[in-house]
Amino acid sequence: MAEIMKMSILRYRPETDEKPVWQSYDVPYNHETSILDALGYIKDELDPTLSYRWSCRMAICGSCGMMVNGQPKLGCKAFLRDYAGGELKLEALANFPIERDLVVDMSDFIAKLESIKPYIITQEPRSLDDGCTTQTPKQMEQYKQFSMCINCGLCYAACPQYGLDNKFTGPAALALIHRYNNDTRDQGKAERMKFINEEAGVWGCTFVGNCSVVCPKGVDPAAAIQLGKVESAKDYVIQMFKPGE
Amino acid sequence: MSRSHEPIFWGLFGAGGMVAALILPIFIVITGLLYPLGIIPAELLAYDRIFAFASSWWGALILLVVICFPLWLSLHRLYHCLHDFKIHAGVRTQTVFYGIAYTATIASIVLVLVL
Repeated sequence: MAEIMKMSILRYRPETDEKPVWQSYDVPYNHETSILDALGYIKDELDPTLSYRWSCRMAICGSCGMMVNGQPKLGCKAFLRDYAGGELKLEALANFPIERDLVVDMSDFIAKLESIKPYIITQEPRSLDDGCTTQTPKQMEQYKQFSMCINCGLCYAACPQYGLDNKFTGPAALALIHRYNNDTRDQGKAERMKFINEEAGVWGCTFVGNCSVVCPKGVDPAAAIQLGKVESAKDYVIQMFKPGE
Repeated sequence: MSRSHEPIFWGLFGAGGMVAALILPIFIVITGLLYPLGIIPAELLAYDRIFAFASSWWGALILLVVICFPLWLSLHRLYHCLHDFKIHAGVRTQTVFYGIAYTATIASIVLVLVL
């Protein structure tokens, strides 16, 4: 016999709602029901007008980020059983403009990810004839965890600094800079340092650390940013002895 | 894109953090607990002993480290707390906050040299 969970969802339909409004649904669930499953049940059985993003159902695509009782979570990785006996309140990801219901406008986040040159840069063009670039396990360990990011945006919803001022480059993009700067195949660090050295770069962070707490993939953006501060501080001292730069 | 000057203040903040975490507790235990409770004899902290300590070059250096770096730590943290409390302070406020730390640092250096 399935239990029933009361789920309140912050709805926003721009053509009819002046501002977001709460709407409640009673959803049957068992031990295996994820929040994404519950949203599917609402959409199929109770209210086809509900909008939310989803794709893979297995914490790979990063589409179903939302606020679950005020905490940023992936809908597919959060389960109703963990909220048994209580109520579930779902809202669109914090710190992003709501487009519709649980769908947010992520353009600013995507633009930031793209702006920091998140790809391997080499000084000389390489061809297939050059063969593989090998790496030792130790060299790979330097950046691997930071390459696990799925661009879900939960860290931006968790970051109070991004919430206060969205000029801040933010956790995922800064962790991605760290990922490429610490890859032995990459030679683009000098190009990326200018993004780190800005006020809106690593210096916009006050080390609250919530980004690392909410990351569903075990990435530690807060650590990447603090290491970025050390790099930026070294860079600051070096440029003092290089006039004209 | 302009480079932030934050590394200077972050460096002083970091140094202050180390001092506040590792050295200040020892000073607090000695002057706040051990001395008032009479666990260490009062004459150990007698005026002429402390004066001799502060007059030596190494004593002066210890005093400067213990006074100045935590000042930069606190004022840097307070300045950034303003932002967290949604008071978006500009260069003028920044100048006041770091100015206090700067003035107090200079004053400490002068006083220690005079001793």
